[in-house]
Amino acid sequence: MIQNKRKKIASLLLSSALMAGILAGCTSKEETTSGGTKSKEKEPEKVTFLIDNQTQLDGINAIIDAFEKKTNIKVEIETRPGGSEGDNIIKTRLATGDMNDLVWNNSGSQLQALNPEQNFVDLSKEPFMENIMDGFKEAVTANGKVFGIPGTPTNAGGWLYNKKVYAELGLTVPKTWDELMANNEKIKQAGKTAVIATYKDTWTSQVIVLADNYNVLAESPNFAADFTANKAKISTTPAALRSFEKLADVNKKGYLNKDFLSTGYDAGLKMLADGTGVHYPMITFALANLAATSPDKMQDIGFFPQPSDSADKNGLTVWMPAGIFINKNSEHIDAAKKFLEFYVSQEGTDLYTAKIKPTGPVAIKGIKLSGDVYQAVQDMLPYFESGNTAPALEFLSPVKGPNLEQITTQVGSGISSAKEGAKLYDKDVEKQAKQLGLEGW
Amino acid sequence: MSKVVINGIGTKPLVPDKSKVITRKKLSKLLIECFAVLATLGIFGIPFYFVIINAFKDVQESSLLNMDWPSASHFIENLQEVLSARDGMILHAFYNSVMITGLSIILLIFLGAAAGYVLQRKVSKVTPYINFLILAGLIIPPAVVPTIWVLQEIGLFKTMPGIVLVEVALNLPFTIILYRGFLVTIPKSLDEAALIDGCGRFKLFFHIILPLLKPVSATVVVLTAVSVYNDFVNPLYFFPGAENATLQLTLYNFMSMYITKWNLLFTNILVISIPPLILFIIFNKKIVAGMTAGSVK
Amino acid sequence: MNKLTNKTYTYYFLLPAGIVYFAFFLLPTIMSLFFSMTWWTLTDWKFIGFDNFKTFLTEPSLNIGFKNTLIYAVVTCGLKVILGLLLGVFLSTKLKTVGFIRSMIFFPTLLSTIAVGIAFTMLMHPSQGLINIVLKGLGIVGPDWLGNTQIALLSVALVDVWKGIGMATVIFIAGIMSIPEDYYEAVMIDGGNAWHKFKNIILPLSRPAMNTVIILSFIGGLRSFDLIWTMTKGGPGFSTDLIASIIYKQYQAGFFGLSTAGNVILFILVSALAFPLYAYLNSKEVDL
Repeated sequence: MIQNKRKKIASLLLSSALMAGILAGCTSKEETTSGGTKSKEKEPEKVTFLIDNQTQLDGINAIIDAFEKKTNIKVEIETRPGGSEGDNIIKTRLATGDMNDLVWNNSGSQLQALNPEQNFVDLSKEPFMENIMDGFKEAVTANGKVFGIPGTPTNAGGWLYNKKVYAELGLTVPKTWDELMANNEKIKQAGKTAVIATYKDTWTSQVIVLADNYNVLAESPNFAADFTANKAKISTTPAALRSFEKLADVNKKGYLNKDFLSTGYDAGLKMLADGTGVHYPMITFALANLAATSPDKMQDIGFFPQPSDSADKNGLTVWMPAGIFINKNSEHIDAAKKFLEFYVSQEGTDLYTAKIKPTGPVAIKGIKLSGDVYQAVQDMLPYFESGNTAPALEFLSPVKGPNLEQITTQVGSGISSAKEGAKLYDKDVEKQAKQLGLEGW
Repeated sequence: MSKVVINGIGTKPLVPDKSKVITRKKLSKLLIECFAVLATLGIFGIPFYFVIINAFKDVQESSLLNMDWPSASHFIENLQEVLSARDGMILHAFYNSVMITGLSIILLIFLGAAAGYVLQRKVSKVTPYINFLILAGLIIPPAVVPTIWVLQEIGLFKTMPGIVLVEVALNLPFTIILYRGFLVTIPKSLDEAALIDGCGRFKLFFHIILPLLKPVSATVVVLTAVSVYNDFVNPLYFFPGAENATLQLTLYNFMSMYITKWNLLFTNILVISIPPLILFIIFNKKIVAGMTAGSVK
Repeated sequence: MNKLTNKTYTYYFLLPAGIVYFAFFLLPTIMSLFFSMTWWTLTDWKFIGFDNFKTFLTEPSLNIGFKNTLIYAVVTCGLKVILGLLLGVFLSTKLKTVGFIRSMIFFPTLLSTIAVGIAFTMLMHPSQGLINIVLKGLGIVGPDWLGNTQIALLSVALVDVWKGIGMATVIFIAGIMSIPEDYYEAVMIDGGNAWHKFKNIILPLSRPAMNTVIILSFIGGLRSFDLIWTMTKGGPGFSTDLIASIIYKQYQAGFFGLSTAGNVILFILVSALAFPLYAYLNSKEVDL
């Protein structure tokens, strides 16, 4: 279809092309540099790799260095802005046939938005995929085909807390939401910030809602499937609505720091580290940032999952790592596969974790974390061992509304009620589902 | 649509000369001046001061984002780090940005002046439609994906000429408006005289009209240089690739969703603000002259 | 013999500009008009008629967006006209420091919006930002400039004015300077003072300059979103969303057909306001 359209444009453009040709002639020096050189025989094969600028590159670079020494393949990283600006660059490049060989992208809903079957190489038959954790595979699967390998260890969403202050105030880790709120009350009485909110960086406002998914699924196990099929709405499913209510709760009771709409993520980490703020609902990748700014405080930082309303339902909501995908139109698919194979090997993982301490278990079977891990990660491990985990909703359903972070900011700051916010989000989700062309919407 | 409103490009001051000055008046004038300078420094200088002072700090100090004097100068280290980040990306980006900006300006001057010339001199039935299309260019944001298709079709996607042509197209409306406005001040009788002297149409334009447009060309240079040089989004779409980075993209080296190295970010801002500063110093006095009658219509 | 005919000025001169403008702006724009009526994933599309327009017009944050866009355009345009005119008059005088002040005021025009946005976000921080620290020194408790949903939009508009006032001022200076001196002398002879000069000469005769400032900053204000985007991203929540930022968010979310429809609506809105304004301002111009 597009091809036909292009033909039409081509004829329309005949005259302007002529003109542009003349102009291009004036500046032919640039033409030759951008023309690209054909590789000579002994030149290493070059694989390009598009990564967003939010990702820490140290571990990846270590893997690349070792890989380049072993093979005659060069891996060249190109960075792009992160966030939705970056998503768009990916979409534009895929649509215009200008994608790099390797692509770093989130798994789950943000992968589904890229139409993986059309754009990426199916890896389900590759031997190196056997060891990948099933939960991750699900998050990079479309139509029964698996498309990516995990780029980092897993993360979890929940509550980071300051253990020192907990000890000072004689608090214990809460098992239910009410216990958590009781702790908050005591912290507030003690003159400290009970819950750190950093809604200037809007993405942080989503955490309480998203990290509640284990509890949502514990309450209504089919929610993810029904949600995708348009059979369940958040505003009408009590368990899902409860997540928004929790977010509204912490603000209503006055547990948040002041100026939380002007406070950013770095400031939030600082508050948690120095103990002026005690709880920070967060995803554990924050531990890496925390370790960079306050390395001496890492022993004071603990973690617990977002509590449910009953003490016997207690589990962890897991964030699947970003994946690495191979562009279907790449001319270097084999070289790219070799790189992925090395990336998920024991050697690759060791190289990575030597540079960047993991903020959660590795998503590869048979690879264990060494003893020296962050305190908060140790707090997470029992949940993984007992299997009391569930992926966040965005890894179970392709639908995630693009305005969630604005809506959670509204709910979290009292501009909208939980119910209004949930309704608003249901509408937002509907647009996304329609754009994806899902059935039942 | 342009009525002749203003003639001449006089730069005479508003206050008529008076030979005798009363001292008290002088004093109050001095006070007003002092106040004006201080207010300008306060309102327009402090943000610069803020950026500069923070470029001298280390990561920890700059993360406080205050106006305090740095405890020690880290400017040289910061500068080195900014210049060497990502294998000297900024140097390459500098080349790209300067080339894109320079080529765009040259094309814009010729295309814009020629178009403005005809549109000001010749009024016909199509003039209102052309005016509409020009104004539409000021109003409508560019359509990204179809533009990429066009570039791909003629083989200019991801090339310097490609991004230059897009920038030229997007800046043409304003440039044409500037030239057209300024041409009002060049009397048609001049064209007539030249033609009687045996000038051809092209010679008339290139040898007589174009040199007379110098003042407004200076304005065009400054304004389009700023808009092309500071353009962040278009190069991202139409000139992608690691080797094609532009200077605005280097800001993202130190700014991320998670952690921002403010001292380096501010140093980077300073470094990339130098070319506009130089341009400004060169053309400062000419900007107003070009504007006179220029954009005014 | 009059050698000047319409033939002297050949449209061939228009051709190069016309081709570039057509190929790289008009043609893609026309193509995108078609896609405003499609469900579009960049690689695939389906014709859906006016559904996108319906969806866009029922967007929950659109009401806020319309209101904010108008407020933003009127506030930035109004302030640029008033302050630009006053500064223009002041800087057309013979004071010694005029050159310096003019340069200081104009320089922000040259800076990248991202850099300006970042610096001001820091300066406007409620407790650590310089603005509130200064206000505190004066005994005033400063607001949360960007966090308070009531004033965040105006805060960004002020920064927009800060960045754009230099341009407006320069246009006014140019307009004022091209007023022939004898007009002032006439007022002085009639015994007029500075105020009369301003009211009877400068104000009416700098009308063309004023019209340029009004049109440019009003259209700019209606379309603007880059500063909002760097400073608040339309937030907190949706409180500072402009139509242009809503469109941009939809584009980022991958709703390409929908965002194109939004662009068409924005274009219609801007045209509906800008063209009548343009005609009105032109009709009011005074000939010298």
